[in-house]
Amino acid sequence: MELIWDGIVEAVRLIFGGDKEVAEIVFLTLRVSGAATVLATLIGVPIGAALGVWQFRGRGVLISIVNTGMGAPPVVVGLVVMIMLWRTGILGGLNILYTPWAMVFAQALIALPIVIGFSMAAIAGIDPAFRQQMLALGASRSQALYLMVLEARLAILAAVMAGFGAVISEVGAVMMVGGNIKGETRVLTTATVLESNRGEFGTAIALGAILLTLAFLVIATLTILQQRARIR
Amino acid sequence: MLRGVTIRRWLAFIALVALAGGVVGCGNTRDTNVILATTTSTFDTGLLDVLIPEFEKESGYNVKPIAVGTGKALAMGERGEADVLLVHAPAAEAELLASGAALDRKPVMHNFFVLVGPQADPARVMATSSVGNAMASIERAGSDFMSRGDDSGTHKMEMSLWDLAGVAPGGHWYQETGQGMGATLQIASQKSAYTLSDRATYIALSNVLDLGIVSGSDGDLLNTYSVLQLNGDRFSGLNVDGGRAFAEFLLSMETQATIRDFGIDSYGEPLFIPGPASGPGEPAS
Amino acid sequence: MTESHAIELIDVRVWKNRRLILDVPSLKLPTHETFSVIGPNGAGKTTLLRIISLLDRPGEGQVLHAGQRISSGRETLRRRRRLAMVMQQPALRNSSVWENVLTGHRFRHTPKDIASRKVGEWLERLGISHLSDRNARRLSGGEAQRVNMARGLVLEPDLLLLDEPFNGLDQPTRLALMDDLWRILQEIRTSTVLVTHDRGEAQALSSSVAVMLDGKVEQIGDPDQVFTAPRTEEIASFVGVENVLAAKVIESNNGLTTASVGEGLVSLAGEYPTGEDLVLGISPEAVVIEDPSDLGATTSVRNRIPGSVSRLFEMGAQARVVVECGFPLVSLVPGSSVVDLRLSPGAQVVASFKASAVHVIRSGR
Repeated sequence: MELIWDGIVEAVRLIFGGDKEVAEIVFLTLRVSGAATVLATLIGVPIGAALGVWQFRGRGVLISIVNTGMGAPPVVVGLVVMIMLWRTGILGGLNILYTPWAMVFAQALIALPIVIGFSMAAIAGIDPAFRQQMLALGASRSQALYLMVLEARLAILAAVMAGFGAVISEVGAVMMVGGNIKGETRVLTTATVLESNRGEFGTAIALGAILLTLAFLVIATLTILQQRARIR
Repeated sequence: MLRGVTIRRWLAFIALVALAGGVVGCGNTRDTNVILATTTSTFDTGLLDVLIPEFEKESGYNVKPIAVGTGKALAMGERGEADVLLVHAPAAEAELLASGAALDRKPVMHNFFVLVGPQADPARVMATSSVGNAMASIERAGSDFMSRGDDSGTHKMEMSLWDLAGVAPGGHWYQETGQGMGATLQIASQKSAYTLSDRATYIALSNVLDLGIVSGSDGDLLNTYSVLQLNGDRFSGLNVDGGRAFAEFLLSMETQATIRDFGIDSYGEPLFIPGPASGPGEPAS
Repeated sequence: MTESHAIELIDVRVWKNRRLILDVPSLKLPTHETFSVIGPNGAGKTTLLRIISLLDRPGEGQVLHAGQRISSGRETLRRRRRLAMVMQQPALRNSSVWENVLTGHRFRHTPKDIASRKVGEWLERLGISHLSDRNARRLSGGEAQRVNMARGLVLEPDLLLLDEPFNGLDQPTRLALMDDLWRILQEIRTSTVLVTHDRGEAQALSSSVAVMLDGKVEQIGDPDQVFTAPRTEEIASFVGVENVLAAKVIESNNGLTTASVGEGLVSLAGEYPTGEDLVLGISPEAVVIEDPSDLGATTSVRNRIPGSVSRLFEMGAQARVVVECGFPLVSLVPGSSVVDLRLSPGAQVVASFKASAVHVIRSGR
């Protein structure tokens, strides 16, 4: 118990003492997970919307893939990405293994099915008459889709937050493709693991507390958004 | 508002974003990056946190230490996925040299493995005269033993010690953690089990561990860390110059002095001894 | 380019789950007029409208817009943007009324100043300018329907398609909106197709009407003709000609025919061979109820049949009275008549209607 107390004291000191290394880690974490989420959103929302609305050949297969992807263990994604990014791998030429970009890549892949799945549900939740009316007013197929995304904006935002929440708290994949390099690819989760392995429980608890706070903010926002979406 | 929403334009937009990201991401070009695959012990002790910034400052290279354990570090070397290795498994290192994947191997520093266990010493290991007997007594007593089980340098050493003791480990008392040295020590401490550790990691963690050294001064426990440069002719894309520069840096007088003093401030004793051991147990290089 | 017909359908058939739900060998809709399609739920009206609007393709056949075939997808979109369809459910966007009405112009990339001017103008014409900044999701049913309509009208299309635009509105709201729409349609003279199941709406707003039953267009004509002279018993019963009677010609001369219906006699206009079987239709509105004491009064009304009230339903301002006068005859009378004539089941009355109000739905056989 004494250890945890010491850890909490250390945590408070690190958070409010403006520790440069911790600040760097937090900043990188937000940057990597943020970029991954942006990427997953740009790709995932249109795909999710299209899957939710359009009927086309292979739609069922795609939906199955997305659903499987939503439950895929991040470490498996990390492993696959790592192998692809190896110097001898098919994407080895990019030379981004052990850089934040590899982490963005892996996290975007983890977030993508989540964003797609949630957007799909959000769009499918809109009254089909809405799309018909937009088409009846002269919308092209993609214009109608765009307006449906706008219409479901709160639920889509929830999809994005869910994707962000999943990647920011993920450790296995970023450890594998990032390498947990100090000042370069060390994020909150991998730093927490490292500090705990080193017996630096104070730092570990501090980092964990920061991660917990971020995750809490994400979930709280998500909950509020979903409630608002329901009221509407 | 509804102007830019054709699928083609969207794809172009995403490509642009990815490209912009790629340009930013590739800010540090390949030649300045040196991937160092290494054991967890050099990492968990914090030694690399001291050495790497010094090297980067003086050479301009950017070192990416990947702490994966000696087994995986050697595997990365075998595939050319790293530029330089800092590992501690002499026999496996020799194999890598023989295969031609690695060109050069130089001992950087050493210390000793330690057999650690609960203060009560239920297997009465402290009464034994050699590490071989110590291992055998753990097996006889059926006391819990935590093995790394991850093909790391420490794990390889542990296996050779069981050989020495003439014991094939197995059974309810023998458990594998599959984790790094720091995590394994903590698990052993929590479970009041014996385990084999490198001395440096044990000392670095000793203040949070409820474990004592039960066998430690034996030539068989010698732990030598070597730096291996990889064969640039065998692998394309290898940063040969960067790897060599890092190896030379480790062997330089200044670095050797840093290694000698590392840990004295924090633990009151050094964690590593620079250079190769001159005593018995050091394989000829 | 000849634009004699806004829309022409040729051999159009639509199947759903292997069932033929629309079968229109030929249908021509006039330009600059309002054309109503009327029929019960599930008759295929909306399917027809969706085919015309190019939202759906027919399984078979062709749809010509202003005499032209539309083949490519690009052409379809271009043509779709020349028409506007207002659907049954307003399905408004979760944004301001202004933004909702602007939507169609956004799709068309109309220059901003022109679009704004038109939106302002049409909000004004539909009397909803004051709602401009309100969220469209927080409107009353009538307001929402006006926004829905403004959204289509603001596009000033070549062809306006209205699918049950008054559905679900309460009576006063409905009448007010109907009145405004009538005025607007008179002003803009846009070719319009109005789909409805309500005979009154079709009568009030359109110059011609098509009755659809079971996927087929059964009768086309001007509203008065269709509603008073339905071609078949099915149409008759749908358009509200409730009195459909089987009759046999007894005698026929001087343009006047007497036929037996049940145990009574009915006079009707026209001459038919003696002994011929007829099916007669009489609108309930055409049947007047009189007090038996008035029987002696002179009048031009040919049919004055004494009988007794068998059933009576009061419906607001009107009452529906079933008189048993040798055969059951339904009459629609003002509510005040119930009091004035002391109508109640069993009361003795005289049911009267003109010979010209008797319409022969079918003769022969």
